[in-house]
Amino acid sequence: MSILLGLLLGTLRTATPLLFAGLGGMFSERAGVVNIALEGILLVGAFSAAAAAIATGSLAAALLAAMLGGLLLAALHALVTLRFGVDQIVSGVALNMLAMGATEFLMWLLYGSGANSPRIALAAPGGERGLGQLLVELPPLTWLALAAVPACGWLLFATRFGLRLRAAGEHPEAVASLGLSVLRLRLAAVLLSGALPGLGGAFLSLGAGYFVKNMSAGRGYIALAALIFGRWRPGGLLAACLLFGFAESLQGQLQLPWLPLRFVQMLPYLLTMVALAGAIGRSRPPAALGRPFRRD
Amino acid sequence: MAPRVALERISRSFGGVAAVQDVSLDFEPGRLYALVGENGAGKTTLMRLLFGLLRPDAGRILVDGAPVRMRSSEDAIRRGLGMVHQHFMLVDTLSAAENLVLGSEPCRGPRLDRQAARAALRESAGRLALSFDPDQPAEALSVGQAQMLEILKVLYRGAELLILDEPTGVLSPQEAAFLFDLLRRLQGEGRTIVLITHKLDEVLALADTVDVMRRGRHVGRLARGETDAASLARLMVGREVLRVEKRPQAPGPLRLALRGLGLARRPGVAPLADISLDLHGGEILGIAGVQGNGQRELAEILAGLRLPDAGTIALDGEPLPPLDPRRARAAGIRQIPEDRQRSGLVLPMSLRENLILGQEDAPALSRAGWLRPARVDALARRRAAAYDLRVESLAQPARELSGGNQQKLVLARELDAAPRVLVASQPTRGVDVGAIEAIHRQLLALREQGLAILLISSELPELLSLSDRIGVLYKGRLRAVFPAAAVDAAELGLWMTGAKGADGD
Amino acid sequence: MTRVALARALAALGGSLWPPLAALAFALAVSAGIVAAIGESPAAVLPLLFRQGLGSLDGFARVLFDATPLVLTGLSVAWAFRGGLFNIGAEGQLYVGAFCAAGLALALPGLPRWLALPAAVLAAALGGALWGAIPGWLRARFGVHEVINTIMLNFIAVGLTGYLVQRYLKEPGQMIPHTPRIAASYHLHPFAESAAGRALGLSPANPLGPSLLIALAAALAVWALLRWSVAGYRLRAVGQGPEAARQAGIPVGRVTWQAMAMSGALAGLVGVHDVLLYRHRFLDNFSSGLGFLGIAVALMGRNHPLGILLAALLFGFFSTGALEIDIFTEVPRELVVVLQALIILAVVSIGELAARARRRRRRAS
Repeated sequence: MSILLGLLLGTLRTATPLLFAGLGGMFSERAGVVNIALEGILLVGAFSAAAAAIATGSLAAALLAAMLGGLLLAALHALVTLRFGVDQIVSGVALNMLAMGATEFLMWLLYGSGANSPRIALAAPGGERGLGQLLVELPPLTWLALAAVPACGWLLFATRFGLRLRAAGEHPEAVASLGLSVLRLRLAAVLLSGALPGLGGAFLSLGAGYFVKNMSAGRGYIALAALIFGRWRPGGLLAACLLFGFAESLQGQLQLPWLPLRFVQMLPYLLTMVALAGAIGRSRPPAALGRPFRRD
Repeated sequence: MAPRVALERISRSFGGVAAVQDVSLDFEPGRLYALVGENGAGKTTLMRLLFGLLRPDAGRILVDGAPVRMRSSEDAIRRGLGMVHQHFMLVDTLSAAENLVLGSEPCRGPRLDRQAARAALRESAGRLALSFDPDQPAEALSVGQAQMLEILKVLYRGAELLILDEPTGVLSPQEAAFLFDLLRRLQGEGRTIVLITHKLDEVLALADTVDVMRRGRHVGRLARGETDAASLARLMVGREVLRVEKRPQAPGPLRLALRGLGLARRPGVAPLADISLDLHGGEILGIAGVQGNGQRELAEILAGLRLPDAGTIALDGEPLPPLDPRRARAAGIRQIPEDRQRSGLVLPMSLRENLILGQEDAPALSRAGWLRPARVDALARRRAAAYDLRVESLAQPARELSGGNQQKLVLARELDAAPRVLVASQPTRGVDVGAIEAIHRQLLALREQGLAILLISSELPELLSLSDRIGVLYKGRLRAVFPAAAVDAAELGLWMTGAKGADGD
Repeated sequence: MTRVALARALAALGGSLWPPLAALAFALAVSAGIVAAIGESPAAVLPLLFRQGLGSLDGFARVLFDATPLVLTGLSVAWAFRGGLFNIGAEGQLYVGAFCAAGLALALPGLPRWLALPAAVLAAALGGALWGAIPGWLRARFGVHEVINTIMLNFIAVGLTGYLVQRYLKEPGQMIPHTPRIAASYHLHPFAESAAGRALGLSPANPLGPSLLIALAAALAVWALLRWSVAGYRLRAVGQGPEAARQAGIPVGRVTWQAMAMSGALAGLVGVHDVLLYRHRFLDNFSSGLGFLGIAVALMGRNHPLGILLAALLFGFFSTGALEIDIFTEVPRELVVVLQALIILAVVSIGELAARARRRRRRAS
């Protein structure tokens, strides 16, 4: 029983950063902008939250810093892809490198260490992983992530903004012909894809109690895969994130002697590849995804 | 009441090349204008300037006597202008109602009011005696319905001056007639209609006033009754335009035989059923049909791009194995693709390299995996000369060529390799009148040399003047095949829309 | 070559050169700003990037050593880019290549040198090719975009090779996760160990060696293949006009996975550099982002072999210079990582803006 509960809690906790990142990515991709930089945004969010928490000890400050950090990186992505028209994937890769370099640089500068930051002393914000309590309270950020799913769904499908955003991702020329600004819609979408994953990053560092270099460890890419697997819909994304979360939490809960730890660590990545191979052809991405929109 | 709109000395260049030069025009309310000219004459650019999608380099726009700045299409829409574009501006995955209201959505706070949107669609469609399922996704609409929705969109936003860019390009004659009826009705309600078109017969039937553009300039304004097709064409091109002469000739041996060709319905693919036809050497078999009835799929099957689900193809009496592009070409089936910029050319590559596309591993051009540059160059030169490709240098990238020259390049490449059958899809689309002549002459010359040609075209005049026989595709079936002399556009139109020959469908 | 063609070529060259240079200037300026912001003097810090490399032949040789693997990963990424593919997986491919080279050497230590070296080089290339072919095949067969797959395979490659080393191949009695030394017949020797090298002034510890020649040969091969081979022609056609290529009968699926395999093979050759020349063993996690830097090199070099050589040289300077900055100043060496990322962003932005200007000039109504 406790194993099952542990698995469930572990799944939900592991899915949290994926969910935040995936929801952010959903807005961006639905508007037609690929955001490979989710990985970097998670990292920047994690670092910002850790730095703010160490400096001020305040949870609110940490969360705010995380969102701002994410927004900043996303704003760069928007500038380079929307304003300059650079290929979205190239920009994303470059921003991930920038995020890695910048966070390591700042780590050295502020804390004199390339690997770990000092411990974050906050009152149980991200949850106490490792405590063997049966009924450990799910961390508030996890609840927030779960609540964000229907909220984002509402925003995307029931509001005027969501309609225009989706139209921009399917047929930007049509949107422009009606006098709307495709660029402004996409900008809003990309900024959302900075703020939300930033919170996901906060969950990582606050939950662990410190910031480690390269903390995101590929979660940004896994979130992207979850998004594709979930057909760019919030419900599908949730299911996919839970699936991936389950796979990763297995490694914590199920220590099988014949299954090397490293193999279980590779499982999410393998699963992502399998999921992608199966998903393509069954789902249709937003038609204008990845195509820069050029006005005359 | 429609606004009185005037364009005063409007000019616009794109990096040194003048697209519109010093054009002055005015549009009186309640009249129907036709704006004609060749491809590249500037008609679409001029209207885009009027509609606020582009900004003029010089000149001004006056609405009801007052000069205005159209900073975006929003400004134009606000002033009562509406534009229906050549390529539909509908979002496939959104519903008809959502498409109608996009950008001017009825809302309750941030929430979209779908009920109101549905009601708006039902109401405005009803006023024009149309019916729409408001929740149907736009991609499920037929071409004619999509066109109507575009017009409803424009009316929903209160347009009093409607600009339509090549509206009948994808419509059957019957659907076009319905559209014209509608336009006259709207005109009767006091609206101004501006029709951009290159179909001169439509212009003569419909417009009160015809404006001709050539090379960015406005070269003439004629009233209805003052002109005919020949003089219009002359104004458009600046010289006499000859119709091509087709000599009657007896068809040669049977080349291509299709029996029972069928293709199942799939998303995004028009189905084909029981297509059987014979194509002889030395004849042009035209295929008429409204876009979306299977022409593209038929061409794709013959080019080896799609496998049929049923039926056989025989070439010179020999049944062909399932085709892929390589085998089709090796068998001598060549094609002029509908979308030559995407399917026929690699735009960033040089002309030289484009001229050998698909043949790079031929023993004549390569050895052991390496190209033989001298041979490639010689072959490219020969082909360019044979098809009169007048260019600065063969090292130029293909994207720098005009539409007509690009088409000539494709012809030069495809026809130089001993073709047995040619499938030509929309061969003169996007090509100026002058180059159209050349291509028509080329096709007829090939016909005289004994090539078997399948001509798929949405231009009925082109089909009627070039083909020996014409078949009609409707809903994936070949409904009838006529000798070209025995049929006219109206008759073809009836078959193309299923008014004839579709019993029991 | 006609005069027109020559003028065109020169214009193209000029057009290709100034964005990377402008990007470099921009990135250096921003870095100078960062250095100033943290209280150090940019004039004292930034020249350190180039001091050792330009100061002596020995220093320059070190720069070349650092540049060598970047040439290979740059070529790898560029080959894929030419085919319209995004190979973000050079990192994983070089790990697999290196592992295969080391694995072969450990499995067959008795091979005579004339057989051992070529076999190890081949193993490195084939290992990388295999790792590249996987996402290539997935793209060709299922249409899955290679971006995420190559990234996933990076993680899997590091994990897999690390696991195999830890579990089976670790040097006995050691905590460090590396394999035992490979047999001497597999060793490549640095130039400094030869009389000629010492005569030129190379210090005894200078690691530059024959892997440089392999990298240069690879660059030459890529250039020739792109220009004159049927495979190179098809690669470019698929990259620049996939639908036209398909309709012309070019087997797009086959071109795709073969392009990724070739790309992987080039990255895999980094194994020759690291395992056969430098370390003489396989070390878990030995690469510090060489694969990702390859992306920067390819973009900076505009996917052209000559440009890649120059860009790799530049990044080689950065690599050596980073150490100098680390040792001699208070500025962390990660500044260089930031610098490199800024260069990528700047070079693609400037390149794109320049292309837009060109398009606007070219376009008529």
